[in-house]
Amino acid sequence: MSALALVGATAAAAANAATSATSASAANAATSAADASPQFPVLTALVVLPAVGALVTGLVSRRRPEAARQVAVLFAVLTGALSIGALVLFKTGTPGFQLVDKATWIKDLDISWFLGIDGISLFLVVLTGVLFPIAMLGGIPHHDEKPFYAWLLMLEAGCMGVFLALDLFVFFVMFEIVLVPMYFLIAGWGYERRRYAAIKFFLYTMLGSAFMLVGLVATAVLYQRAGHPLTFNLVTIATNQGSIATTTARWLFLSFAVAFAVKVPVFPLHTWLPDAHTQAPTAGSVILAGVMLKLGTYGFLRFGLYLFPEAATWFAPAMVTLGVIGIIYGAVAAAMQRDLKRLIAYSSVAHLGFIVLGTFAITTQGLEGGVLQMVNHGISTGALFLLVGMIYERRHTRAIAELRGLQRAAPIFAAVFTVVMMSSIGVPGLNGFVGEFLTLLGAFLTRRWWAVVGATGVIVAALYLLWAYQRVFHGKLDDANADFGELRLREGLVLAPLLGIIVFLGVYPKPVLDRIEPSVKALVAQVENNGGQRQPPVATTGTSAREGTFVRGERKGAGG
Amino acid sequence: MRELVWLIPALPLAGFAVLVVLGRRLGNPLAGWLATLMVAASFAASIVVWLGVRAASGERSSTQRLFTWIPAGGFRVDVAFLVDPLSITMALFVTGISALIHLYSIGYMHADAHFTKFFVYLNLFVFSMLVLVLGDNLLLTFLGWEGVGTCSYLLISFWFEEEANASAGKKAFVTNRIGDWGFMVATLFTFFAIGSVRYADITAAAPGLATSTATVIAVLLFLGAVGKSAQLPLYVWLPDAMAGPTPVSALIHAATMVTAGVYLMTRVGPVLAAASPWVPTLIAVVGGLTALFAATIAVAQTDIKKVLAYSTVSQLGYMFLAIGSGAYVAAVFHMITHAFFKAVLFLGAGSVIHGMHEEQDMRRMGALKRAMPITALTFGAGSLALAGIPPFSGFWSKDEILLGAWNRGGFVGRGLWVIGVLTALMTAFYVGRMVFLTFFGQARWGDAPAHAAGEAERSAVEVDDGARTEHSGQASVATAAPADHGRPADQGALQPHESPWTMTLPLVVLGVAATLGGALNLPVARLRTLASWLDPVVGGQEIATSAATATKWILAAIAVVAALVGLGAAGVLYLRRRFADQPREPRVLARGWYVDEAVTAFAGGPGRRLFDGVAWFDRTVVDGAVNGVGFLVRGAGSGLRRAQSGYVRNYALGFAAGAIVLVAVLVLRGVSL
Repeated sequence: MSALALVGATAAAAANAATSATSASAANAATSAADASPQFPVLTALVVLPAVGALVTGLVSRRRPEAARQVAVLFAVLTGALSIGALVLFKTGTPGFQLVDKATWIKDLDISWFLGIDGISLFLVVLTGVLFPIAMLGGIPHHDEKPFYAWLLMLEAGCMGVFLALDLFVFFVMFEIVLVPMYFLIAGWGYERRRYAAIKFFLYTMLGSAFMLVGLVATAVLYQRAGHPLTFNLVTIATNQGSIATTTARWLFLSFAVAFAVKVPVFPLHTWLPDAHTQAPTAGSVILAGVMLKLGTYGFLRFGLYLFPEAATWFAPAMVTLGVIGIIYGAVAAAMQRDLKRLIAYSSVAHLGFIVLGTFAITTQGLEGGVLQMVNHGISTGALFLLVGMIYERRHTRAIAELRGLQRAAPIFAAVFTVVMMSSIGVPGLNGFVGEFLTLLGAFLTRRWWAVVGATGVIVAALYLLWAYQRVFHGKLDDANADFGELRLREGLVLAPLLGIIVFLGVYPKPVLDRIEPSVKALVAQVENNGGQRQPPVATTGTSAREGTFVRGERKGAGG
Repeated sequence: MRELVWLIPALPLAGFAVLVVLGRRLGNPLAGWLATLMVAASFAASIVVWLGVRAASGERSSTQRLFTWIPAGGFRVDVAFLVDPLSITMALFVTGISALIHLYSIGYMHADAHFTKFFVYLNLFVFSMLVLVLGDNLLLTFLGWEGVGTCSYLLISFWFEEEANASAGKKAFVTNRIGDWGFMVATLFTFFAIGSVRYADITAAAPGLATSTATVIAVLLFLGAVGKSAQLPLYVWLPDAMAGPTPVSALIHAATMVTAGVYLMTRVGPVLAAASPWVPTLIAVVGGLTALFAATIAVAQTDIKKVLAYSTVSQLGYMFLAIGSGAYVAAVFHMITHAFFKAVLFLGAGSVIHGMHEEQDMRRMGALKRAMPITALTFGAGSLALAGIPPFSGFWSKDEILLGAWNRGGFVGRGLWVIGVLTALMTAFYVGRMVFLTFFGQARWGDAPAHAAGEAERSAVEVDDGARTEHSGQASVATAAPADHGRPADQGALQPHESPWTMTLPLVVLGVAATLGGALNLPVARLRTLASWLDPVVGGQEIATSAATATKWILAAIAVVAALVGLGAAGVLYLRRRFADQPREPRVLARGWYVDEAVTAFAGGPGRRLFDGVAWFDRTVVDGAVNGVGFLVRGAGSGLRRAQSGYVRNYALGFAAGAIVLVAVLVLRGVSL
């Protein structure tokens, strides 16, 4: 596993270097908000800690699976705590990157271990930190515990790296690294068709990444050709817009977009997802849906909109169209699934469609909603996969037709499922609504009809989830399901934090939105300054009755 | 005192929270009492706030801001409560009726295994409904809107083991979501046009809106109202919603939730006023047609709750007729009186069902007035109110609506008035039929042999009904029985009994309200209490009546005559005749014009095929392409494998060729080596 060795060495080297050369990058305008005083390299630790955890777990004796599990959970919980620490240290109200760690890696190519966090990545990092320990506790493997947990921790390190990296090369390495553990998790601990699903997942994403590698190297080289020193520094390249010719930049955007579109997944590149989600073990599905799909949407924000603002604007009509197709297509396909896990997998296609729609609306509300929806989807769908995993543990089936009347046998289990389902449907008061509504609102401001059509997704979402719920939980309990066990305390404790977040984000999303907003506004400004598209004034000021006519020229006097 | 408004929704929410945590420990009946107490306290708080609004000099509208809910750029929505005459009127009647129905439920649900859960849902419902009416912006109303929809879903499928109940719950939620789409998109349009979704800002900005903008927003909000308030064509969920426990039918599916659409339309009246003139006409026509359509179905139902369900659809139609005619006060007035008399009718029906051990078929009732005197008396009061007989409350409010329709003038206005009167006649007819079949005539619940002749004659209908149940997938709700309340196998053992005081007390209170509720707004200048009270809110959008006093008297007289004709006809057909001689209802009406069958056929046919088609497309075309590529690559790979011969000389040749090509390219492009 050369890839493993590589990241291990990288991380260790960076950890040493980071302490001495913290925040040497103050030259970049966008990072000016970074704290200049030497401090504990939180972000580096967020990547290194789970990687170290993977190694330590690997050192535990094979005959003590319980110890491996405890060590792994300990490292995951510590990482989670650290991510909360980053949340606490994060300064609200500033758009730039914070807690920056920077150390030179390959000097000649100006590749550096460059990590930073802003309002866009902050909650994805926290989501990763929170979801991994929950996935570990909620989805327990039945064999080969040690490698299972080691792979999971490796995966966490990779995910953290993707969300934190501000260097094109480091980002690419991290983006690739996550494939390996997930491949082994699906192939090693999955269900009936695990090999097919794992290979499909791996090849599909690898293919996407190949495009990205080309685009990434080309970006750096073309940037250099424009008379700048060679660098892989994302912030530097993104700040010096205009170095790359418009048409070229559009091609480069496309090369990145393919990789991200596969990851999201955007219709029609989504068919790896139902197979991978369904065949993965519970913990794998939770992480796959909860965290890994966001690598794609996050990539669109950071390397699409931020790096190629003009191209992103140019491609926006196509992207929002694909987003809307995803919303409806995913929901309709979900309705017809006979496998409960597959149904939820397809619901992800629909939910991610909302995020794509909001992202490429390129408005404050759309982007804020998109980022929030990434978190919401991670929480809700993660919880749904945990619940389906618990059903499988009890009944050894995921077929909707074989389940029936479970609410009778396990009312508390059913109640928890109902809350999570309502969150996924987007009932206001729970988290899903806020993100979904903001993406639609943001999309409406620049892409009115796309938003109007996309909003029909809420009808079908109710249809497929309630129909599934009816078939699984309602009706008379039959003999096959009579012994279905009630929610156990351990399971309840695993789900409790997710339920808490579902309610909290539904009622009081303000702390989250307040932290996201400055970065999103900066991103919108970046696109507007370079892309030409402008969001209507109402998006920023909230007062513009003058814009409010739908038929040109028709207006009554005395506009409010 | 107005600053206490937050308590109104907070108390039921607290009740919900306590019951979620401690409900099982409190158990039956303590949990029910706690829930009732919370709602009663909420009613008390509403009274206090109401007194505060009355005492306020000058501006009667005020807002209490609690915290910011969603801030995003220029979009900002607060959790804030709007206190004005309209919202506090709604809060008063919602909490008042809810408290009574909570009390009733303690008795009604006493034997149910899920007693606590029932009150958990009820408290959550009351909270959501209060957020709906008190919210100071569209989005907060939407929160309540979806909240009541969720509770409705949970309560319709409360006895979830029956497949029909589960289906009914899902149907209600999904049908409502179609309307919710309209509500949501209307909110998007509103923010885009006005830059705010607060009612205060909407009211202020509405006159300046472009007609097209106001039209789009109004139509979309009306779509939301059509879903929630069960108007054509989205009414289909409400009759099925009777699958829920009867107090739920009374509270959610008659008195409160379904009137949310009427409330919303009243609230955004300024937008309707700014919209194209065809929008109010559309609303009035939809309302009028719904009123007539549902009444035709109600005359043929045999399930007592179905009669009341279709009657609710019909009465809601009246309210939209009023809205579309610019008679907002009449709409709110009828909303309140309807809440009184429909609640007492549903609760009375519940009392009958309870006393008859879960029997809901009126053909197996009869002569219950002796066995259940209090129920019969209060049910009678409610019936007369529904039928529109003066001086019962329904007469006054319905009269105002018909006057409003007449006042529209023109062909449409006069046509709608005719429809309204016709509906009034049919209403009186089905009300009479229901009362006579249930409380008068022969007792058909006693020992079966005594009535063999009548039963035999009727059995054809019953078989027919059974077929219908299977065929359409919707069901009579008669089988929804709590554990120890199953229908006794031996009909002879059935002995109807009056209900306990927790059930009869609410009946009496609501019966009195249904009788005297008209006093809220009498058509005398100084007694138009409700109109002058609501004037600060709806005054600007209300269309004043221009009819002369004589005309008003004549119109009222015609409506009363129509009602009496309807009642009389029912008396002739159902009271004077023996059961066996009574007319059979047209099957097309009994089955509700086959609308459910049509919907089911469509959903199960073309709809299902469309969905299946997408799933097939995904499996075969999209994923097929992916696997096809994989297949091709594998084929190509095995072809190329021959190049991997293992002979070093072959590789060396390849190297050399490659190097030559590379050098050639570089040289040709002018790169100096």
